[in-house]
Amino acid sequence: MKKLIAVLFSCLVLSTFAQTGDGHPPGLRGTAPLDKEPVSPLMPKMVNDDIRKGRAYAMQPPVIPHQIENYQVDRNFNKCMTCHGRDRVPESQAPMVSVTHFMDRDNNFRSEISPRRYFCTQCHVPQMDVKTPVENTFIDAEKAAAAKKAAKK
Amino acid sequence: MKALFSRIVALTKKYWVTLSTPSKVFSLGFLTMGGFIAGIMFWGGFNTALEVTNTEAFCTSCHEMRNNVFVELQPTIHYTNRSGVRATCPDCHVPHNWTDKIARKMQASKEVWGKIFGTIDTREKFLDKRLELAQHEWTRLKANNSLECRNCHNLNSMDFTRQSKRAMQMHSTELASGNKTCIDCHKGIAHRLPDIKAGEAAK
Repeated sequence: MKKLIAVLFSCLVLSTFAQTGDGHPPGLRGTAPLDKEPVSPLMPKMVNDDIRKGRAYAMQPPVIPHQIENYQVDRNFNKCMTCHGRDRVPESQAPMVSVTHFMDRDNNFRSEISPRRYFCTQCHVPQMDVKTPVENTFIDAEKAAAAKKAAKK
Repeated sequence: MKALFSRIVALTKKYWVTLSTPSKVFSLGFLTMGGFIAGIMFWGGFNTALEVTNTEAFCTSCHEMRNNVFVELQPTIHYTNRSGVRATCPDCHVPHNWTDKIARKMQASKEVWGKIFGTIDTREKFLDKRLELAQHEWTRLKANNSLECRNCHNLNSMDFTRQSKRAMQMHSTELASGNKTCIDCHKGIAHRLPDIKAGEAAK
């Protein structure tokens, strides 16, 4: 019985090791052996060019084209709103938060942003200046529909 | 009561006579040199003691500062950065110029009072008072045109082309024209902000 367990266990271990060499990307951990501490890559820089990025699909929350390190967004204060808030836009010339953000869950418009939309980075994220480890093959619905149409012909 | 008063008058008279009579024992040279040396020692001692109260170690020796505002400073750019330049408490909260420094230090005697009577000796008391305390600092920096910021950050030394687009836009217009001062936009860069509306912080 003990022998059997040992054999089964070694099979299991071998099969896990085998999977790393099958052409899949190594993932965040990299290719370092499990018993070694891999060298971490350098911290990437946050994109800070202030150029608005396109949206991959209509409902995508726009990404943040500037750095937001140490921005305070908590129950006391929301740093994002010092530029993107309704009363701040004339001076800052930043895009105002979408009108949908003023709606509460019963679709009533409020004068201030709704608590459920308060924590900006739940949806809006800054971008890091990094090479993507895998290629993104996402195409939006419009292009997908056009491609389908073309394929039918 | 009357007896006490006349005793005080008598004592004052006695000391006045001593002080106004020329010395019988010490030479004029000894008295002048002695006074000069004592003056230097007093002045040096005074300034050394003053500088001791102007260090991060002194500020954070009280738990009110160490556990509240100091921990908030640590992750910010003024404390942790790539170039190893660090601004600590007195760099921003005490003027560097001597006269202004003394004026600020005299105001700070109120803080000694607060320490003794435990005005903010718990986290809750601190949070309740935080807005008021923050407003004192904002008013002070607004009134002195952000002097403590400008000890290091000089408008004339700013290379706008190396700033981000937004920073360049704001600094070259609002700051350069004197419409705004540093603290108008840069509140809460070294500590967490109290409960104020976002719009208020940028005014």
